[in-house]
Amino acid sequence: MELDLKKLELRNVNDKLQNLDRKTNERDFTIINPEGNHAICAGLDKEMNVTIKGHVGYYCAGMNKKATITIEGNVGTGVAENMMSGKVHVKGNASQSAGATAHGGLLIIDGDASSRCGISMKGADIIVKGSVGHMSGFMSQSGNLVVCGDAGEALGDSLYETNIYIKGTVKSLGADCIEKKMDKKHINKLKKFLKDAEIKNHKAESFKRYGSARKLYNFKIDNNY
Amino acid sequence: MCGIVGIYLKNEKLKNSLGSLLSKMLINMGSRGPDSAGFAIYKKEEKEKFKYSICINKLNFKDFEERITKHVDAELKKNSDHVVLKTSIKPHTMLTILKNHFQDVALVGYGKSIEIFKQVGSPSDVVKKFKLDDYSGSHAIGHTRMATESAITTDGSHPYSTGEDECLVHNGSLSNHNNLRRKLKKDGVNFDSENDTEVAAGYISNNLSNKKNLKETLKDSLKDLDGFYTFITGTKDGFAVLRDEIACKPAVIAETDDYVAIASEFQAMAHLPEVNNAKIFEPEPGVVYSWGN
Repeated sequence: MELDLKKLELRNVNDKLQNLDRKTNERDFTIINPEGNHAICAGLDKEMNVTIKGHVGYYCAGMNKKATITIEGNVGTGVAENMMSGKVHVKGNASQSAGATAHGGLLIIDGDASSRCGISMKGADIIVKGSVGHMSGFMSQSGNLVVCGDAGEALGDSLYETNIYIKGTVKSLGADCIEKKMDKKHINKLKKFLKDAEIKNHKAESFKRYGSARKLYNFKIDNNY
Repeated sequence: MCGIVGIYLKNEKLKNSLGSLLSKMLINMGSRGPDSAGFAIYKKEEKEKFKYSICINKLNFKDFEERITKHVDAELKKNSDHVVLKTSIKPHTMLTILKNHFQDVALVGYGKSIEIFKQVGSPSDVVKKFKLDDYSGSHAIGHTRMATESAITTDGSHPYSTGEDECLVHNGSLSNHNNLRRKLKKDGVNFDSENDTEVAAGYISNNLSNKKNLKETLKDSLKDLDGFYTFITGTKDGFAVLRDEIACKPAVIAETDDYVAIASEFQAMAHLPEVNNAKIFEPEPGVVYSWGN
């Protein structure tokens, strides 16, 4: 079903997707003319496929659960923020705080993501085919952040147990973030991520892994930060 | 919050639609700034002529015209509560005349090509009042305001003039503006409001008058201005953009063969021609971008 945001109210479109028609059980949607609107496809909680043709604004696919959402364009701040499950695929670039606080699901960004990508994530997997900006993975607690390009300043600042895999260069590491050994299990996991995101031009072995030194969140009286 | 917009035309054929393109951008950014709006529009300069954009407030236009023509030989064009005064009198003399005899009006900007208009009210009302749709020109910048640091007044609205043919719009807030204002006052810079952006404008114009160029000045502001900001500075030939290094305040740029546009959010540019095929990117933190300078 095609939903035209030039003709329909945004609330109307989101309402349709949040309350699927039980009689027709239609689960394939295309949204046209998004024109940078905010909160498109926020709060979807059923299995369905939505393709958005064009650039969107803030918090697209926020709180997503089970749905597969593809954005054929760029996304504004906070794409897939607080996602619980499902898949969000951005074919363009993402603005700041992509996948913020996401608990689960898969976020794939074909282009670059700007600052604070994966901030405070709590279990999602984020795969960025381009580069990420400063403070990415800030205070992230669980899950994986895979970056095929470079990372900006203060990567993984104050992070907990998220694994960060970077192929390119890291401008600087944040407090308590260190490079860690790539074990077999990490390589295997990364191979799966690369396969999921259909990335063929990067080998899992060529990535570096970063994680928490665990000196900051395990409180020690003699911590000197 | 505030919204900022700018458009610079690479293709002269679009110059007659500059006003209508900017007007839609401003209306759209009403969601970020509903209190007041303003814009600076740059037109081809006329040799030996200066334009002074003056807000006459509640003064009657006829009275103002009568008074001003006693002092200067000028062509006057009324637009809502603003008057654009075109004359061959140079800024130094004109500024003195206005200071000595016209304390009841406010000079909002001056130069050979710039015209500035700003007013309290919703952006859609403001652009209608100033008939922005009818304007043509080479480039323009604009602002929609959600007041945080100072009162909702025309004085507190953007753009701020930073010198001849130069102005500034700002999304964000500065935390060291009181200290900086004190310092700049000692250097002889005048301020008309308590607004933080006016201090940034004063800082920029002071640096420029000390023979620094715009790029250097903007780079210096990274160490001297404390706070959150995305700035767009308009100049006679184009505009420049700078985000602070934390980069909490958004900005997105769309560039095609015909134009470069910048806005706080993409939705403000969704109506621009061929925007879906434009190169779209976010200006990186702490990097000065400029076009046409």
